[in-house]
Amino acid sequence: MFTETEISKRKRQTENVMRIFFLVMTSLMILPLLLIIGYLLYKALPVLSLEFLFTNPKDNMRAGGLWAPFLGTIYLVVVSLFVSAPIGIFAAVYLNEYARESWFTRITNLAVVNLAGVPSIVHALFGVGAFVLFAGLGESILAASLTLAIMTLPVIIASTTEALKAVPMSFREACWNLGATRWQTIRRIVIPNSISGILTGVILQVSRAAGETAPIMFTGAVFYKNITEGNLFAYNITEQCMALSLHLFTISTQVPDVTEGIPYGTAVVLVGSVLLVNAASIVLRVYLRTRKKW
Amino acid sequence: MKTNSQNGSQMTPIIEVTDLRVHYGDKLALKGVSFDVYQNEILGIIGPAQSGKTTLLKVINRTLEFTPDATIEGSVKLDGEDISTISDVYGLRRRIGMVQPLPVGLPLSIYDNVAFAPRTAGIRSKSELDVIVERCLQQAALWEEVKERLNTLGTQLSGGQQQRLTIARALSHQPEILCLDEFSIAVDPVTTMRIEEVLKTLRTEMTILLVTNLVQQAKRLANRTAFFLNGDLIEIDTTDIIFSENPAEQATYDYVNGTFG
Repeated sequence: MFTETEISKRKRQTENVMRIFFLVMTSLMILPLLLIIGYLLYKALPVLSLEFLFTNPKDNMRAGGLWAPFLGTIYLVVVSLFVSAPIGIFAAVYLNEYARESWFTRITNLAVVNLAGVPSIVHALFGVGAFVLFAGLGESILAASLTLAIMTLPVIIASTTEALKAVPMSFREACWNLGATRWQTIRRIVIPNSISGILTGVILQVSRAAGETAPIMFTGAVFYKNITEGNLFAYNITEQCMALSLHLFTISTQVPDVTEGIPYGTAVVLVGSVLLVNAASIVLRVYLRTRKKW
Repeated sequence: MKTNSQNGSQMTPIIEVTDLRVHYGDKLALKGVSFDVYQNEILGIIGPAQSGKTTLLKVINRTLEFTPDATIEGSVKLDGEDISTISDVYGLRRRIGMVQPLPVGLPLSIYDNVAFAPRTAGIRSKSELDVIVERCLQQAALWEEVKERLNTLGTQLSGGQQQRLTIARALSHQPEILCLDEFSIAVDPVTTMRIEEVLKTLRTEMTILLVTNLVQQAKRLANRTAFFLNGDLIEIDTTDIIFSENPAEQATYDYVNGTFG
């Protein structure tokens, strides 16, 4: 019969202890998330309804719904991604596929890394200087979106670069050996095999852009604006808009006697839309991964 | 260095390499090599790792340009034309078929793998592509195994099949020269012998540069054999002489007989 030695017994015990330790740490990470969502939902339950989503705030924001800030956030996110996604993706393709190691690419890569670490309030001040004042856009959806775009750009470049690097170099070499240009290689092999990673990186920036308050509060988001309820085109991008993040901040700190559930409802809508978008990106990623070809 | 080919028809040089030096940064990978490659011969290129064999192939199809710190001196002429002055580098690469050591099936269907180069060269007609795909897969001795499933992924073939797929792909742009870089490294012996048979028939249509770490493979296939060592061309001569009891250099004798350090 096989008998366990002292050493292998201790090894097995340590193994069990470590596994439980890591499991506890993982649970500690998930617990706050569940508590936050649970607490928000519990507090928000009295106000949550479709009507809450599709009516404007009323009585100096003390009652009513979220239509204006909700639509404003959508505008800000969509317009900013329209700017940052193409620039970020094409810049990453250039840096990864075309550029040779040089002072230019080194500085660009350094700039990307550093820009990603700049606090959002600094982006806000840059946005005021560059877009609101210098470019003469005034405080508008356009100026706020461009500020958000500048903020998300470095992260999109970084995530796209990661996705491109995941395509094996040998595929590119095989294409070059066959007389393909770099562009033909990129179009037929590199992009089709990195698109899931690229899109995931872009979509994850939706949650970041939707949640930020500082970059938009000086560049285009306002305390209150009355718009047509239920009209998706109620905002003009040269005008200001409301936004969920700023709305949550103002009704929580600036307005007295707000109906109990409204701030929590606002938070639920903000977190819920972000989670929804993230879930969509996971579904997309899984779908594209099933088509992975090597 | 002496070269004496047996028959006159092989005496037209298709590639002329003159004093070729390649640096990777400070490191000298090819130390001034000169030799000719004749029309319709199989030139075996043997030598241990780090002797500059792969670098030589990359110079010939100008893919060394993708290695950032590589610099090239000397000249390589293809049909009398200096390749560094050819402006249509993609056309140049299509005149040369390249097979790499590890099979690289592109993440495309078997059909699209073979049709890749013709398509990048602008061929769109489905019937024309069908003919090319069948011809190349036939030539690479893969057609019978895959003709029923041309639309399945090339990356799902076995290693030996994938290597024959890369050979079919390398033939798809009708190259004048076929370069094989240690093609048998990831291929079983039976497949290796099948590919060797393929190469023997291809010799009538094109010139073949066979880089190999199996000296017996060079002995079996090559008309002439070149022995590279540490970036130097030690000796190039008919395969009979290289593998005889008295090649010009002692190092050659030691290497082909396996008594080399």
